[in-house]
Amino acid sequence: MSTALALAWSTLALVAGVSGHARAQEGLGQESATNRQVVPYVVTDDAITEPLAVQRGDPALGEALIGERHRSLCILCHALPSGVERLQGTLAPSLAGIGSRLSEGQIRLRIVDMKRLNPESIMPTYHALPASARIAPGWQGKPVLGAAEIEHLVAYLVTLKE
Amino acid sequence: MRRPAASLIALALLAGAASAGDIAPGERRSGSAFMAPETQAMQADDTSNPGMLWVLQGAGLWGEKAGRSGRSCAGCHGEAVASMRGTAARYPALDAASGKPIDLTGRISQCRTERQGAPALARESDALLAITTFVAHQSRGLPVAPPEEPRLDPYRETGRQLFTTRMGQLDLSCANCHDDNWNQRLAGSAVTQAHPTGYPLYRLEWQSIGSLQRRMRNCMIGVRAEPFASGSEEFIALELYLMQRAAGMAIETPGVRP
Ligand code: HEC
Ligand code: HEC
Repeated sequence: MSTALALAWSTLALVAGVSGHARAQEGLGQESATNRQVVPYVVTDDAITEPLAVQRGDPALGEALIGERHRSLCILCHALPSGVERLQGTLAPSLAGIGSRLSEGQIRLRIVDMKRLNPESIMPTYHALPASARIAPGWQGKPVLGAAEIEHLVAYLVTLKE
Repeated sequence: MRRPAASLIALALLAGAASAGDIAPGERRSGSAFMAPETQAMQADDTSNPGMLWVLQGAGLWGEKAGRSGRSCAGCHGEAVASMRGTAARYPALDAASGKPIDLTGRISQCRTERQGAPALARESDALLAITTFVAHQSRGLPVAPPEEPRLDPYRETGRQLFTTRMGQLDLSCANCHDDNWNQRLAGSAVTQAHPTGYPLYRLEWQSIGSLQRRMRNCMIGVRAEPFASGSEEFIALELYLMQRAAGMAIETPGVRP
């Protein structure tokens, strides 16, 4: 019981830790956390219609990445249809059925830069050079997620139909 | 200092209105109120509260002679039950010599090096945590009573600003979670209101006692920010602000947290 509770914060606290990086590299291979570049994109209304990466995302890799909370962080705040209820975050709306509520391009923009739609949002901007105060040295000049990682997440989230 | 332009003030007012802002006095709750009943029971019962081990260790150190002076804490202060009652409730306090705020651990360190003439103890050392826990425990049940000291006000204001400034790669402020979302959960953890009333406290996750600064450092690492230095003015300013925010709430040292 208490370990389950304790785990939750420690995952976010350990985000900067070595173990997170190691796992990230074993996991999705293609893109190492230390080699993330910000790619340009075009916003049309409230969406980014074109994929950020040349390759389409892989929904299975997206599902795995969303489960890696050291790295994608999504489930710290959002609930997922498949998640264990008592471990789910309630800081954000559930992502269940998101694929029927939003288009692929709308989902992409929300992950890339939610603050463009709501400057007060607590959702981190995932794909921009971070510009906040006191960024830890290991994270300076790096987006939270790279283009290919975001495409995997988008590919998975569009499959979440209610 | 220049006066802020009217447009800036308007902006600040707007921003204030947009966020949920301060917690209403009637809604304030200790971190322990968010815990599972088992953890609450562990804190409430001195025979099962692991923090009591550090209280005991601290009681031993209180009576132990140290340094060139050959005196113990008790040698100057006598029985802690009387002389230290209420002390933790009014710290951080103004240090007259420096004109700056000093936290309880800082004051104990100062006594040790300057008055006992003993070698300094590291901030997160077991011994210094034990003495701090023992002293803070003498205020258990008393209301937090920040000193009405105008010279502390600028530091409290700095603390408030730090608390409300977004930071780190994730660009979140303390207030984003602890003022605006304290009734939510971050994954399985209750976010809580970040009241400093139980420190130093025993965290099951740490399997040890830990300081308020250690807790704040973890939150900063969580948002991928560079933590303030141990014992820094920034951390003490944050503590001053948190104590003001918790004024009137009961001290619980040693708390227990998941
Ligand atoms: C620290 C909290 C936090 C994290 C981490 C987070 N989000 Fe969010 N997210 C939010 C909040 C809050 C909203 C609600 C919109 C707003 O803030 O204006 C939101 C909205 C969304 C939406 C739109 C939902 C809707 O119903 O319109 C999507 C899609 C989304 N997030 C996906 C993600 C994904 C994918 C990740 C991880 C890569 C993620 N979020 C990480 C807080 C977060
Ligand atoms: C993303 C959310 C988030 C942010 C931002 C955040 N915290 Fe926390 N904080 C938490 C959570 C969750 C806990 C409780 C962890 C637990 O006990 O399992 C916590 C615990 C605390 C506690 C301990 C409360 C208690 O009862 O023991 C303090 C004090 C605290 N935070 C201060 C801060 C300060 C100061 C900042 C900014 C420098 C900050 N936090 C930023 C989520 C956050």
